[in-house]
Amino acid sequence: MMDSRTITVSDGRAKIQVLESGRGPDLVFFHGAGGATQADPFLDALSRRFRVRAPLLPGYGDSDGGENFRTMLDITLLGLDILDALKVDNPLLVGHSMGGMLAAEMAATAANDIKRLALIAPAGLWLDAHPIPDLFALLPADYPPLLFHDVKLGEQLITAGLNLDDHEFLRAFLIQSSRQLGFAGKMLFPIPDRGLDERLYRVKAKTLLIWGDDDKLIKPVYAKAFREKLRNADYVEIKNAGHMVTLEQPEAVIAALARLAA
Amino acid sequence: MKFTWFHLMPWPYMPDDFREKHRSVWVDIPSTLYDPVRGHTVYNDYLDQLEYADQLGFDAIGVNEHHQNGYGLMPSPNIMAAALARRSSKSALMVLGNSIALYNPPIRVAEEFAMLDVISGGRLCAGFPVGTSMDTNYCYGTVPALTREKYAEAHDLIIKAWTQDGPFPFNGRYNKLRYVNCWPKPVQKPHPPIFIPGGGSIETWDFCLDHDYNYSYLSYSGYLRGRKLLDGYWERAAQKGKDDSPYRAGFAQIICVADTDAEAEKLYSEHASYFYNRCLHIYGGFADAPGYRTIKTLQANVLSQMTPTEAAKLPLTPWKELVEQRMVVAGSPETVRQQLEELIKSLRVGHLFCLFQVGNMPPEKVRYSTKLFADKVMPKLKNIWADYADDNRFWIKPLPQRAVPGRLMEAAQ
Repeated sequence: MMDSRTITVSDGRAKIQVLESGRGPDLVFFHGAGGATQADPFLDALSRRFRVRAPLLPGYGDSDGGENFRTMLDITLLGLDILDALKVDNPLLVGHSMGGMLAAEMAATAANDIKRLALIAPAGLWLDAHPIPDLFALLPADYPPLLFHDVKLGEQLITAGLNLDDHEFLRAFLIQSSRQLGFAGKMLFPIPDRGLDERLYRVKAKTLLIWGDDDKLIKPVYAKAFREKLRNADYVEIKNAGHMVTLEQPEAVIAALARLAA
Repeated sequence: MKFTWFHLMPWPYMPDDFREKHRSVWVDIPSTLYDPVRGHTVYNDYLDQLEYADQLGFDAIGVNEHHQNGYGLMPSPNIMAAALARRSSKSALMVLGNSIALYNPPIRVAEEFAMLDVISGGRLCAGFPVGTSMDTNYCYGTVPALTREKYAEAHDLIIKAWTQDGPFPFNGRYNKLRYVNCWPKPVQKPHPPIFIPGGGSIETWDFCLDHDYNYSYLSYSGYLRGRKLLDGYWERAAQKGKDDSPYRAGFAQIICVADTDAEAEKLYSEHASYFYNRCLHIYGGFADAPGYRTIKTLQANVLSQMTPTEAAKLPLTPWKELVEQRMVVAGSPETVRQQLEELIKSLRVGHLFCLFQVGNMPPEKVRYSTKLFADKVMPKLKNIWADYADDNRFWIKPLPQRAVPGRLMEAAQ
C-alpha cells in the first residue's frame, strides 16, 4: 500500500495527489490513461527497489484542477511543476503509456534538467501503417484483450466486479471515466500525437524504452520510431506481456529500470 | 402554439441486415452504403416535403446538422435552408442548428445565418447546439473536455459580430481575430431568435434562461420520458425568477396520423421499426465521449442513462409499445390531438418539432399524414397558449415588405 499526500502546484491551479513509498534511488512515475491507486501492485513492487513518487494527473484520484490545463504544453509544464514541487534531485523519470508521452515531452522541454528517462510503451507518436486503436470508443469488455497478453489476468484486474446494468454503478463508472479520460483526451483524443515527433531530438537524457512483445495497443514497432529520434536510447522488449507490461511482468520491468539507475 | 415541420433526412435504403452487418448508423457507417444517384431523388423529395409544409401553414420548417450519419443527411443544414429560403414564403426557417464549436472560425456561422436571414426577409430561427458527441468529438475531432468552452466562446463571438458595429478585434482562447466585421448583418434586431437544442446537459438550462433563449429537448424517446428533464428545466426557471412562458421550451416528437388508430399501425409501423431498428442503431462506444458531459450533469442524473441491456432492447420495441410509451404519437386525428395536448400541457412547451417523415417512409404516406395533421389536428391545438399570444421574444420578426423570388424572371417573360 502506497502512502498518499496532496500538493498544490502551478500557481495554485492544480491539486495533485502523490502516491509515495519505498527506499532507494529516487524515481518519479507518471501513470497511463487508466490511472493508479494506492493499492497498485506495480508501484508496490517498484517501491521495494526505489524511493517512488507517483503523482496523479488532474481527474485521477484526489487530483483536481484539470480545467486549467488544455494543451500539451500546459500539461508538460504541469508535469515539470510537479517535479519541482517534489524536490527530488535528479530522479529517474518514468512514464507508462500516456505517462510515457508526458515524460518524453518533459524531457524534450527541460532537456538539461532530466538526465535519466524510462518510457514504458509510451504514446505520443503516430504511424499511418500501424494505427493505434481508439481508446475513447471502447466498451469495458474490449479492454482485457487489447491491453493484456494474458487476457484472463486482464479480466480479473479490469472487468471483474463491473456491473454496468446497475444504474448506480453505471453512473459512478461514467463519472470516473469522464474525470479520468476527459483529462487524458487533452493529450490523446482523437489521435495521440501532439507533435512530440518534432521535439524528441531535444531529449538529452539517457533513455530506456521498455515494451511488452505482445502490445496490441501501441505495437512494439513504435519503439523503432522512438529510437530513430532519440540520440541516447536503449531498448528492452519483455516477453509474454501486452500493453500493461507493468502488471504482467513487473519484475522484468523493474530489473530493466534498476540497470538504468545503476 | 408553434408547429415546426421538422426533417431529419434519413437514408431510406439501409439494408434489412443492417443491424447484423454493421455496428453503427453513425460515425463509422460504411460510406459505400450511400448511393448519390438515389440520393439525388431523396434530397429533392425531402425538400419538396418541407416546401409542402410551408404551403399547409406550419409555423416553421426545420432542418438540423449531423455528420457521417445514416439517419441525418444534412452535414450542412445551411445549404438546405438556403434552398428553402427561396421556395417558401411564410414559414420560419428553423435551422436547429449549426454546431458552432465546429466552425473555424465561428464567424462563418454569423455570416451564413445572416445571409439566410437577409435572403428570407427575417424568417430565420438560429439554432446553436453544442452538438452531439458523435458529431462533435468522434466525427469532427474536437477534444471532448474542451467542447463546451469552445462552444461558449463561439457563441460570444457570433452574438458580438451580429450586435456590435465592426470591425473590432476578438481575442479569444480559440479564436484570434484582428478584424471581426460581419457582412451582411441579419435583418432581425438585435439578432434572430436563438434556439438551443439540448440533449440533457443541465448547464444548458442556465445558459438558455440567462440569455432568454428557447430550450428545446430533442430526443426520440417520447414525451413521457421527456417529462423528468423538462420538469427540471422549469424548476430551474422558477429558481432564477424567470417567467414561465411556454415559448421558452420546445420538444421533438414523432407523429403519425391516419384515419383510424388501426390504419396508423398498418401504414406506419414498418417505418417506425426501420427508424428504431436501423436509424438508431448506434454503437455504445460512440455514446458520449468521456469528458463531453460535465460531472455536474452526470451527478444530477437527469439523463436516465440507459444500461447496456436496456439500450439493446430499445430497437426491438414493437409498435404497440412504441405507441403506449408515446415514443410515437400515432393514430386517428382525435387520438393524436388528445396525446399532443397532453404533451404540450404536461411539458409546458410552446414549440413542437413534429417528425412526420419517419425512417424509410415513402413520400405519399408522408403527405397523407402531414395533410391530416394540418387539416384536423393543428387547428385545434393552435390556440392552446392564447394567454401568451403577445410573447414574441422567441419568434421571428420578418420584414413587412419582402422581395418575391423570381420577380425578374417573370418580368423577362
